[in-house]
Amino acid sequence: MLRNLRFFLWGLVIVVGIGATILSFLPRDRGFGQISFNLIDHDGNPITETAFRGQPTGLFFGFTHCPDVCPATLSEIAVWLDELGPDGKPLQFYFITVDPERDDVTAMKDYATLFSEQVIGITGDADEIKRLEAAFGVYSEKVPTSDGDYTMNHTASLFLLNRNGQFEGTIAYQEPMDMALGKLRRLLGQNAS
Amino acid sequence: MIRSITRAAAFAATLTLIASQALAHMTEVQFGELTFSQAFTRAMPPSAGTGGGYVTITNTGTEADRLIAVSSPAAPVAQLHQMKMDGDVMMMSELPDGIVIPVGESVALAPGGLHIMFMQVPAPFAEGDVVSVTLTFERAGQIDLELPVAPIGAKSAPIDHSGH
Repeated sequence: MLRNLRFFLWGLVIVVGIGATILSFLPRDRGFGQISFNLIDHDGNPITETAFRGQPTGLFFGFTHCPDVCPATLSEIAVWLDELGPDGKPLQFYFITVDPERDDVTAMKDYATLFSEQVIGITGDADEIKRLEAAFGVYSEKVPTSDGDYTMNHTASLFLLNRNGQFEGTIAYQEPMDMALGKLRRLLGQNAS
Repeated sequence: MIRSITRAAAFAATLTLIASQALAHMTEVQFGELTFSQAFTRAMPPSAGTGGGYVTITNTGTEADRLIAVSSPAAPVAQLHQMKMDGDVMMMSELPDGIVIPVGESVALAPGGLHIMFMQVPAPFAEGDVVSVTLTFERAGQIDLELPVAPIGAKSAPIDHSGH
């Protein structure tokens, strides 16, 4: 009886040990957002995943016909950069359209540059954008309106990547300023490995 | 000497505060049993042609009313919309049944929630301009309002400097 219990407990130790070892080798969140893509920046130049490396980066998915969340978030970015001053210079933000049908290169440039020169718009092939969205778990869909036009539902979080292009976290829509600044300062303080 | 300057400064600050509160109060408009305040819209990016319109409506009457339609000479399409967060996803929906203004309550059309949705705007709203809108209510009928255009990322109505 006691012997059986001992076998059972040792068995448990082995199972837990193997499980923990496997888990520790799994890339924890490191694979999130890792994708190769070919899109176009707001100057009409090709842009790939390499643009997300070499500096701390923020990604926001939205669209230029967006009445509230997008201008609000891009304005926040401008405020954060103001607050950070020279410390914030290395940060690069990308505004990626979820509405490539309407958002061409010109629309993206007109829009992104309105807020900050540290925001670059990204558009391109609709399927390629969907792949990029999927890599970040971003949701977007068209919502038809009664006049035959449409608006979009979309994920409103800002994704933060470190200098190696790895996902570090998000800033939620309407997250308090000091929390957002804290996350950006932490990201800026990290060195490339 | 320094003390009197400090006192004068404090007095001036108090006066400014009173003046700005008075101005904020002046931006409230009453039509029958409905009071309108915090009316504004925001400057638009050049090519988007889309924007939100905001106003807080208070029903001081004895019966509920319903905002059923909105129109504006500045926008070929103006609708009543609601923005809602579902987790981290921003959801937009048109409100075909309009917006009920219950008795004794204030309903805020404000950033992040209920709003007037201007679409296909040919000339983007510019900061400092004023956009005219006509709100149609089930009971109160048509009411004309003017929405001052605040900066692009503004979260609230601009402070009225017209009285200075």
